[in-house]
Amino acid sequence: MTHHFPALLIIVPLLSALIVSAMGWINRRWCFPLAVAALSGALAISVGLLTQVMATGPIAYKMAGWSPPIGITYVIDYLNAPILVVILAVALLNLIAAKTWIEKDFSEKIGAYLALYLLFLSGMVGIVSTGDAFNLYVLLEIGSLTGYALIGLGKERAPLSSLNYLFMGTIGASFYLLGIGYIYIATGTLNMADIASMIPQLAESSTLFLALIICMAGLFVKMALFPMHGWLPNAYSNAPSASAGLIAPLTTKVMIYAMVRLGLTVFTPQFTFSRGMLSEAIVWVAVAAIIAGSLLALMQRRLSRMLTYIIVAEVGYMVGGFWLGNEAGVTGATLHIINDAAMTLTLFLAVSAITWKLGSDKFEDLQGLFGKMPFTMMGFVIAALAVIGIPPTCGFFSKWYLITAGINAGQWAFVGALLFSSLTNAVLFFRIFEIAFFEPFATGHGHHDHGPTFSEAPLTMVVPLIVAAISLIALGLYSGDIVTKLIQLAIPAGIA
Amino acid sequence: MELLYSIKPLAAILVSFFVVPIIFSSKSENVREAWTFLAALLKFAIVLSMLPFVLKGGQIAYSLVEVLPGVAIAFKVDAFGMLFALVSSSLWIVTSMYSIGYMRSLKEHGQTRYYACFALSLSATLGVAFAGNLFTLYLFYEMLSFATYPLVTHHQDKEARSSGRKYLTYILGASIGLVLPAMLIIYTQTGTFEFAPQGFMNGAFSKEATTVLLLMFVFGFAKAGLMPFHSWLPAAMVAPTPVSALLHAVAVVKVGVFCVARVITSVFGTKMLATMGLGTIVCYVASFTIIVSSFIALSQDGLKRRLAFSTIGQLAYIILGIALLSPSGMTGGMLHIAMHAFGKITLFFCAGAIFAASGIKNISEMVGIGRRMPFTMTAFLLGSLSVIGLPPLGGFISKWHLVIGTIESGQIFFLFVLLASSLLNAAYFLPISYKAFFCTDEEAMFEKKVDEVPTWCLVPLCITATCSVIFFFYPQPFLQLAKMTVATIIGAPMP
Amino acid sequence: MTDLLPLMAAKYNYWIYTILMMTGLYAMIAKNNLVKKIIGMNIFQTAIILFYVSIAYKTGGTLPIIMEGGHGGGHGAINAADYINPLPHTLMLTAIVVSVATMGVALALAIKVYRQYGTLEEDDINHQIRTQAGQ
Repeated sequence: MTHHFPALLIIVPLLSALIVSAMGWINRRWCFPLAVAALSGALAISVGLLTQVMATGPIAYKMAGWSPPIGITYVIDYLNAPILVVILAVALLNLIAAKTWIEKDFSEKIGAYLALYLLFLSGMVGIVSTGDAFNLYVLLEIGSLTGYALIGLGKERAPLSSLNYLFMGTIGASFYLLGIGYIYIATGTLNMADIASMIPQLAESSTLFLALIICMAGLFVKMALFPMHGWLPNAYSNAPSASAGLIAPLTTKVMIYAMVRLGLTVFTPQFTFSRGMLSEAIVWVAVAAIIAGSLLALMQRRLSRMLTYIIVAEVGYMVGGFWLGNEAGVTGATLHIINDAAMTLTLFLAVSAITWKLGSDKFEDLQGLFGKMPFTMMGFVIAALAVIGIPPTCGFFSKWYLITAGINAGQWAFVGALLFSSLTNAVLFFRIFEIAFFEPFATGHGHHDHGPTFSEAPLTMVVPLIVAAISLIALGLYSGDIVTKLIQLAIPAGIA
Repeated sequence: MELLYSIKPLAAILVSFFVVPIIFSSKSENVREAWTFLAALLKFAIVLSMLPFVLKGGQIAYSLVEVLPGVAIAFKVDAFGMLFALVSSSLWIVTSMYSIGYMRSLKEHGQTRYYACFALSLSATLGVAFAGNLFTLYLFYEMLSFATYPLVTHHQDKEARSSGRKYLTYILGASIGLVLPAMLIIYTQTGTFEFAPQGFMNGAFSKEATTVLLLMFVFGFAKAGLMPFHSWLPAAMVAPTPVSALLHAVAVVKVGVFCVARVITSVFGTKMLATMGLGTIVCYVASFTIIVSSFIALSQDGLKRRLAFSTIGQLAYIILGIALLSPSGMTGGMLHIAMHAFGKITLFFCAGAIFAASGIKNISEMVGIGRRMPFTMTAFLLGSLSVIGLPPLGGFISKWHLVIGTIESGQIFFLFVLLASSLLNAAYFLPISYKAFFCTDEEAMFEKKVDEVPTWCLVPLCITATCSVIFFFYPQPFLQLAKMTVATIIGAPMP
Repeated sequence: MTDLLPLMAAKYNYWIYTILMMTGLYAMIAKNNLVKKIIGMNIFQTAIILFYVSIAYKTGGTLPIIMEGGHGGGHGAINAADYINPLPHTLMLTAIVVSVATMGVALALAIKVYRQYGTLEEDDINHQIRTQAGQ
């Protein structure tokens, strides 16, 4: 049984999507528990895989028993095992937190909605665990198409935002597909390990280099690297709350995982970082992304829109760190995939709870929130500290590696951009704290005559939020273990 | 040197941390205050229980988790950390007492949040005191910044908001903008953060780079209030007085100087700084702050603002003492952490007591107040004498060592700085006491009726004032701890 | 210039797919009507499918269907050069499915947009959004 875990990881959400959508016709009350059970099961499997990998090393699973390079393999190694756990944990927490939203927004279509939710996850999990470059494209599209639908189900501007996202997403995925074509021309194979084994002989191949550029360009569009970020803020901030909490933490991070996977284990670091010009140019784009994302975030007057621009800046962190091409940079980028998923989840859960109670997330409506929703705000504060990068929250540690990488590489612009973004994040969040803490202003000598009355979001929202917030601190405290026991083993030799 | 592994340092830190949820969940005032007291006493007891071992020359270590390669969240209790922990944990008890009187008599709102954040701040303070490496130090330094923010902005009005903004801008801006990069640069070169008696830089940097790094730390720990990073301190005086007293005369600002002292002694190493001649640069920066802040203090009419500027000057004394790099100078600087804490907290308590009893904040309105509040104003006189550095008060002991230190290091210029500033201190403190007691009946603004503050407020300030006197005659264990620290640094046998 | 023309001629399949791709991309960026954008997207995807199909072609190759016994009879080795590479074709079967699905989702979203705004012209929609925000 345990040796089928890699396949079960995809099959469980996939099959349960079908069952849940059928259940939507039979008895709608069963849909939600079923989805929770399926995700819990998948989470348990991913934890099992993680312990297995940590105990015995990477696992390669041959789909349907076909051997590579003909068959499709699924590979669980030190790099993706922790990310799988994070993806499924994020999805489960968000599903529980979104219970009331789903019942309110999609009461009629709950089966269909949850089926999409689970399909989206099988796509994400598949992207992370597949060992085949073309298979990655297919799963990418499964994840994306369901993602468009999850966003397009929202009200008001959501369908239009989703359509624009679809256009950009398709361009990105198509570029990736094109790049795979060039890889196939150069190597004649699509299996990741097989491609990697041929790279040393093709070190001078310009076809392969073109393939690298095209693949990366496609992924950059999909991960919303500045200046290709235009679709992201609208799509995420107009999405239904239940979907935003799923898609915002996962999509960009999984795309960054795909970038790391391609760069490290497909093209191999020797080839990926062999053209100094390319790496340097991408780092500069990342610097621009960090600065532009931070500045654009400053201009927003809605909480969720502000967060989307912070995501744009965070994408810059990871892309820049990875393309610095040294050990600290790759470590930092990989660690930040995990941390940023957790941070973004916490923030979006908080926003979803706030929107649930207030019906809005505009800054001016947040007055007195510390009094009204102390637990939600506690989670929000912890997440904010993590985004700013205050120890011992996890955000500090990944930023630490990223800045160290910048110093080691002598790339001072990147170091400066990271520090700038930390300070900007501090301004961004303290602006909100000030509104929520001080306003409405106390009269006289600090006596609230009628202070804000306690009115917290439902428990199903608050508990996942607090769990996510605590995980930010736990991830921070254990980041030493995550790095030494997983990420450093995932980094192949040959990185300075 | 004896090294003992024990969970005690962590326990001392966490005592007040665990009491936070209890404070939040307790409904009645009495329960909340009882828990605060209990935590304070327990914390002090744990700190005290470690004292005999440290006095014997031992160190107590505890390591939590390794968060970065070669860097763990680790605690180490040495003589210097012990000195600071003793000061802050003992004064928390007194301040808790004072808080109860003050907050109740003014019927402040949000007392639950107040006590919870106070407990959290104390956790962070002890964390800084017991930090075993630079990373742990930074972690608790930042934690303190955030824990004190709700205290500074307690009144939640417009003034509090702008002060809070200033507070965080300075503190956080400096720590993220200066300390963090400096730490990163050091880490990339040395790969360690572990404090060592002679520093761990081991000549990894050129003289120019070392100078820049040193200044990044000295200014980056903006809680130390060196000019031009001082103006958050007067702004933070909008906080309720117990907060100003403990945090802005003891915990927060002393954490700043403690960090600077730690970095100078245990990261850079005094020998290296002496050979490079870098201590003198810091001395000049500190001297500038001492003189300028004293002049500004002269011109302030708000009592708490005057005290704030006095604090800025006194903090610079400590940094000056450490940066002199001579044994007596360092002893004096470290001792001044304790002596100034007891003196200044008395002064703040008095300022709060005056405000709670009469609603007066400005010095010009205090003529004759000594007739109405004789105990408070006597304590105020004692506190100010200690801060000025006159016998028979504790402040004299530390200042004496500082003066010896300047002579020892042969830098007579700083001797004059110290003397001049003592005169200035006298010039801005003594008139307050003078006007309070000696004035003609026409000038007096108060009737001759004794109308003291509640006992809960009065007792603490009498205790701290008495302590200031006692420390002149018996400056132990602080003097012993300071001397032990210096002995470790210069490698001399234990005194 | 003399070298370029033969090169262009020899690699004409690349040029064709590039031109098709750019045409699609142009439509997606420049067209105002959402359905035209979707058509552009489809052209864009088709260009890549054509690219894959063209790289599988070998001069003189035939359909990759191996008759019983292969070429000269008997169970001799198969000469790969005689057959068109079948793998890209099968990959493109998947890609076609993906592109049809994408098209379906896109059209469904376009219908939702049309129901909401009563138009598919992007200018008009943006105008409506702006006036709504202004109110």
